[in-house]
Amino acid sequence: MIHTVLPFVLCVVLFIIGLYAIAVKKNLIKVIIGIIVMHNAVNMFLVLIGFRPPASGPVIAPIMTPEMGHRDEAVRALLSHSVDPVPQALVLTSIVIGLSVVALMVVMALRLHQKYGTFDLTQITRLKG
Amino acid sequence: MELLLPLTVVIPLAAAFIIPVASLLGAKRGWPIGEIVALLAATALLIVSFATFASDIPITTWIGEYKAGSELLGLTGRPVPAQVAGEGGAALPGGVVVDQVVPNTAGDVAGIQPGDAITGWKVAEEGESRAFQPLGTMNELRRANAMLEPGTRVLLRVQRDGQTLEIGIRGGKSVVGIAMVCDGLTRLLLLVIAVVSFAAILFSLSYMRTYTQVHLYYSPLMLLIAGMCGIVVSGDLFNIYVFLEVAAVASFALVGFGVESEELEASFKYLVLSAVASGFILLGIGIVYNLRGTLNLAQIAEFTQFAERNDAMWLAMAFFLAGFGLKAAMVPFHAWLPDAHPSAPAPVSAMLSGVLIKASGVYVLARLVFNVMGASTAVAYTLMTMGMLSMVVGVFLAVGQWDFKRLLAYHSISQMGYVVLALGVGVEVLARQREMTVQWQSVAFLAIFGGLFHLANHAAFKSLLFLSSGSVVHRTGTRNLKELGGLRGRMPWTSLFARIGSLSISGVPPFNGFFSKLLIVIAVVWAGHWVLGALTVLVSFMTLLSFTKVQRYLIEGDLPVRLHNVRESPAPMLLAMGVLAVLCLGLGLLLPLYGGVLLKPATNHLMQLAGYAKSVLGG
Repeated sequence: MIHTVLPFVLCVVLFIIGLYAIAVKKNLIKVIIGIIVMHNAVNMFLVLIGFRPPASGPVIAPIMTPEMGHRDEAVRALLSHSVDPVPQALVLTSIVIGLSVVALMVVMALRLHQKYGTFDLTQITRLKG
Repeated sequence: MELLLPLTVVIPLAAAFIIPVASLLGAKRGWPIGEIVALLAATALLIVSFATFASDIPITTWIGEYKAGSELLGLTGRPVPAQVAGEGGAALPGGVVVDQVVPNTAGDVAGIQPGDAITGWKVAEEGESRAFQPLGTMNELRRANAMLEPGTRVLLRVQRDGQTLEIGIRGGKSVVGIAMVCDGLTRLLLLVIAVVSFAAILFSLSYMRTYTQVHLYYSPLMLLIAGMCGIVVSGDLFNIYVFLEVAAVASFALVGFGVESEELEASFKYLVLSAVASGFILLGIGIVYNLRGTLNLAQIAEFTQFAERNDAMWLAMAFFLAGFGLKAAMVPFHAWLPDAHPSAPAPVSAMLSGVLIKASGVYVLARLVFNVMGASTAVAYTLMTMGMLSMVVGVFLAVGQWDFKRLLAYHSISQMGYVVLALGVGVEVLARQREMTVQWQSVAFLAIFGGLFHLANHAAFKSLLFLSSGSVVHRTGTRNLKELGGLRGRMPWTSLFARIGSLSISGVPPFNGFFSKLLIVIAVVWAGHWVLGALTVLVSFMTLLSFTKVQRYLIEGDLPVRLHNVRESPAPMLLAMGVLAVLCLGLGLLLPLYGGVLLKPATNHLMQLAGYAKSVLGG
């Protein structure tokens, strides 16, 4: 029981660490790292949802397909052993989205550093917020 | 005609990729090809969104449709570990205990009852030689169903009251594919997006001349439009998430377009809070997928109709409320909006305040709360609290502002509070009344109708106000109200449009804001919330106060010496504002003419709650 719950606990812990970094840290780069940690916690959660013990990859080898008997065999093996492919597709998409957001964020942080000469959020306060 | 719906996403998306190339080609000869492409795309989008009303397109368009013959859906369950025979009863080899059976689905027809434990499955044709496959979760069964050949009969090994039964199951159709939904609400939002986008692009033609690198501007603007249209038309939770991010990333770039200190700061703040919102939303999506085994909104709604709500679903709803509340800038999640919206170029501010917070925040929230999760009082009270807080806090923060665009941004929070409050009252009435009498039906109808009407109106007058602020900034170079004044003489048209916008947002008849606020107040009071009704009127009064100040310091008063030579803005800008100003007047006065086509179907689609599943999936 414990080994099925622990990964989810890790997810929650990572998510909270990420949120903590975003809310409390004053350094732009640390805030960005917090966001990365948080997104990865969510991604891990999605992967865990699709996981089940025998855990083979959700792929049917194309070499099996010409003969129906083999194909059925492959489908059956897939159904009984593989992990759920849908969350994996979601995670791939979400990683790509996360990448673009983080890239944009790093660029913004660099431009902010050019303008203000610091990564310190307490000094980047020209707006009243 | 089935292509009409995908076109709403494809047109702006294609334009986004064509524009950088076209502008580079045009730049050599000094032709504004990029601008022309953008304007053409906006016009095409406008035509398509009108065509969705005219043509008889089906409510659901499937992309990549794949129908499997054996439908095992209609069952939800929770996994149970193996039990040894003894105190608890007979031995159980581990499997899934059925929680709910949706009537008239394959599971129901086959005679499966709640409380049955499904411990294994196999394809019936294989006969005795095959052993049953063990079953760990209900999702495995759904997945097996989707992968087997259509028409396959499946045998389930079921434990009921200590006996082991074998139940054969074969059923209706299951659909695997991406759904695009076009119901009344979608049509309303599409039209709002198309109209505001068109006005914003028309305005940009002249306004963006003051910026450098303009060919980089239209591309993210088009991506933003594509993202918003995508959110509105997709009937699938994860697609909504993807389009949400497309729109968000485009808007980050647009907010920071000026690359000055303030713009970058605002953009970064927006980025951080939006990334947090995305995290919440994705977590909610994960939980929903785990519970229901599908991401299709209609299929999730199918379960909601019959399901007892369990704790995990509440958790998912809480994540959605926080995530989409952040996207919609509801108090207490509003901190980014007053920085982000004013920092963008004026036409982008108009897009962000006018449609983005509606499409990516309020629309999705309404869709989830009404159609997917079903009405419940807890969610209703959360919505009403968020709406009320936004309404009051937004307007009190706005009154003290001297920065014109910042003032408008705070009013966006306040006005969206009206919409969320009205929708919340609608949910509350629908959830509270077990047996709906005609009277309560009409209270709920009026609340939701008023909310959606105000949503459309806000798009019109807030875009108009942001565009006129842009027009003022374009000619005077400042948006500080203390440095402005007396523009009535020098910029008569801009002043007129700003005045129409101000009167509309403050709810002065005969402009549109008056009618929607009146409907909301009537509905709120009719539903029995006297205090909320009084607050709504008070906030409306404060709004009037705040915009009296705007008119006093912008339009009336003495012209500062510095501004003696300002001229009226160029024609495209005036035309864009004129379109919206006419809408501000027309949306209110012509309500009896268009309300039945535009707003009534949208309200009805929200009112049918989880009946959404039936209208989308058919049969």
